[in-house]
Amino acid sequence: MRGMGAVALKELRQLGRDLRTLAVIVVLPLFFLWLYGYALNFDIRNVALAVQDDDNTPLSRELVAAFVNSGYFNQVASIRSGGEIEALLDRDLARAVLVVPRGFAEAAREGRRAPVQVIVAGDNANTATTVVGYARAILDSAGARLAATANGQAARPLIQLEPRVWYNPELESTLFLVPGLIAYIAMITGVVSTALAIVREKERGTYEQIRMAPLATTSFVAGKSLPYLALSMLSAMLVLTAGMLAFDVPMRGSWTVLLVATLLFLVCAIGMGLLISTIADTQQLAFQIALLASFLPTFILSGFIFPLSSMPVAVQAVSFIVPARYYLVALRGVVLKGVGWDILAPQLAALTVFAVFVMGVSAVRLARERA
Amino acid sequence: MTGWLRAIAYVMWKELLELRQDPRLFPVLFVAPIIQLIVLGYAATTDVLDIPLVVVDPDRSAASRELTSRFDRSRYFTIIDAVGSVEEVEPYLASGRAWMALAIPPGFGEDVASGTPVTVQVVADGTDSNSAGIGLGYARGLVAEHARAIVEERRMSPPGGIDARIRVWYNPELESRDFMVPGVLALILLVITMVLASMAIVRERELGTLEQLNVTPVTRSQLILGKLLPYAAIGIVDIVLVVAVAVLWFEVPLRGSLLLLFALSLLYILNTLGLGLLVSTISSTQQQAMMTATFLFLVPMIYLSGFIFPIENMPAAIQQFTYVIPLRYYLVIVRGLFLKGVGIDALWPQAAALGLLGVAILGLAVLRSSKRTA
Repeated sequence: MRGMGAVALKELRQLGRDLRTLAVIVVLPLFFLWLYGYALNFDIRNVALAVQDDDNTPLSRELVAAFVNSGYFNQVASIRSGGEIEALLDRDLARAVLVVPRGFAEAAREGRRAPVQVIVAGDNANTATTVVGYARAILDSAGARLAATANGQAARPLIQLEPRVWYNPELESTLFLVPGLIAYIAMITGVVSTALAIVREKERGTYEQIRMAPLATTSFVAGKSLPYLALSMLSAMLVLTAGMLAFDVPMRGSWTVLLVATLLFLVCAIGMGLLISTIADTQQLAFQIALLASFLPTFILSGFIFPLSSMPVAVQAVSFIVPARYYLVALRGVVLKGVGWDILAPQLAALTVFAVFVMGVSAVRLARERA
Repeated sequence: MTGWLRAIAYVMWKELLELRQDPRLFPVLFVAPIIQLIVLGYAATTDVLDIPLVVVDPDRSAASRELTSRFDRSRYFTIIDAVGSVEEVEPYLASGRAWMALAIPPGFGEDVASGTPVTVQVVADGTDSNSAGIGLGYARGLVAEHARAIVEERRMSPPGGIDARIRVWYNPELESRDFMVPGVLALILLVITMVLASMAIVRERELGTLEQLNVTPVTRSQLILGKLLPYAAIGIVDIVLVVAVAVLWFEVPLRGSLLLLFALSLLYILNTLGLGLLVSTISSTQQQAMMTATFLFLVPMIYLSGFIFPIENMPAAIQQFTYVIPLRYYLVIVRGLFLKGVGIDALWPQAAALGLLGVAILGLAVLRSSKRTA
């Protein structure tokens, strides 16, 4: 116990001398939170729209106005011939082009279906899907209005859809991303700082001295990892509280569940850091492995941004060994849905299994190394 | 001049010898990018497919079954269960077993038969706001399509309306993979080369060998160039590897010129390596360098580059900031070359920006590497 305290104290002193690393662990998460809150979102507004209005009648101008007034589109150009469309889309000057052909108003007046074309740049499939949805909705309601004036009857489709959104009615991406951010930051600080803390000793030769010291492997490991556990916990809670204060992230579930899940997750992260430190002998290698094993999977294979269920089965299988996958379900469940132990039991169990496994393997490897 | 070059060659040789000391580094540098690109290329998809759906159908008529089977047949939804009332939906959404619920009201069949307008409800789990938004769009499209089919079948269609023809260029199937794989390629090149270079000088400083270099007649620019070139060679190998995986494995169409892609990629890694060296000169320990590289450079650059989050959604002040991010320009270049097949006539602004940034970054790294030891 005393050995552990000594190692922890030594680690804290070393950390205290490196103010930049300390700032990175504590202050930077808040910067990210700010980025997520203000700068980054999927909400697609102000899509750059070029308009080719070959009809140029009050009716066609009304249709163009319907696009602009929807708030989703920004008219950036008016063009005449079809040749310009390619140049605009190729150079990214417009994301969508609305083409109203000659004879649009006439067709509408005579009660024929009036053709309208919308061309969307599909290179960004995500944005394009949403833009196609907006365009269809605007054209649908404009079409219903035209049909109604032509027939002199109320424009109401036979089957109407009433959407209800639970947990996040405004579909704000901040509420989705902030919990993910906590996992992301905890993973990086936990894995990277723990791995580097031990490999640094190896590289500088001080590991030999510790090996000689009368210190049990467990005390050494615990002493090395506890300061980082505390720091990561601190920054996770900092991000969460700031998210609640600044961006109205709700807290619908119990704090106990949240803390237990976070603690389990951090133990997983630190266990991975320890494991990496037993594999790598240089900080350069340790950092490369840490990035590959934690940075990218937590970003991409956890459901943080990309939905897991849309991935191929083989890739989904890989995601089962990414602890962030379970933690994110638990975190979003508690914060946004207010669910408790009963529903989150599988996730908490998976995190426990991972933590025990990774800690066990690294303890065995460390003990062998020190022997 | 030859003496100047020879000093650079010596630094290069020394760097290569040191890199060889770590036998595990090369597998990480060459095998890891391939594995990453393959896994991430499959994983980084914003497609929303097979949304697990619960059906609430108290009506149990032929008309309601037709509507639910339209959902089930589409590639966007998979019906996982059917319940009797909207109240029973809650546990499905709370546990995440279903993402959406389709609630058909009682009397739906009669209303549809008599031509009375009727409303069906869709409940979505908004936790994943992006997927939920896309899923609601699909649901709206399916319901509208269904209503139109019924109306046309009975020829009760009121004439008029708009014949909307929506066409998607460059990527008609809206495959997010064709969009994401070039982006992941750019990301992997950035991570590998920048982290590698960020160790270059700080390692010498930490091990105390920078002192020794200081007493040699090697100048600052010779030191930086000598460190840069071996890493550039590694970067070139990585470029070839990742482009090969993107084209041969993922079959992302490469519509533009391969030569142009390589030339501009080379320009890009000069930027990323320069950034790494810059980090290396402003850090005093390797740990610090890695933290600085990851948190102060990599992560903000990835977020603000347009890799996932569209730049045009960002506030104006932050958009200004994105102009100094090399990844921003390279993403336009790779996506343009792969998906749009544009040439240098469309990409010259990006190429020029990368060139200018590269010179500025390397110049800054040379200035900062004032051969100090602390």
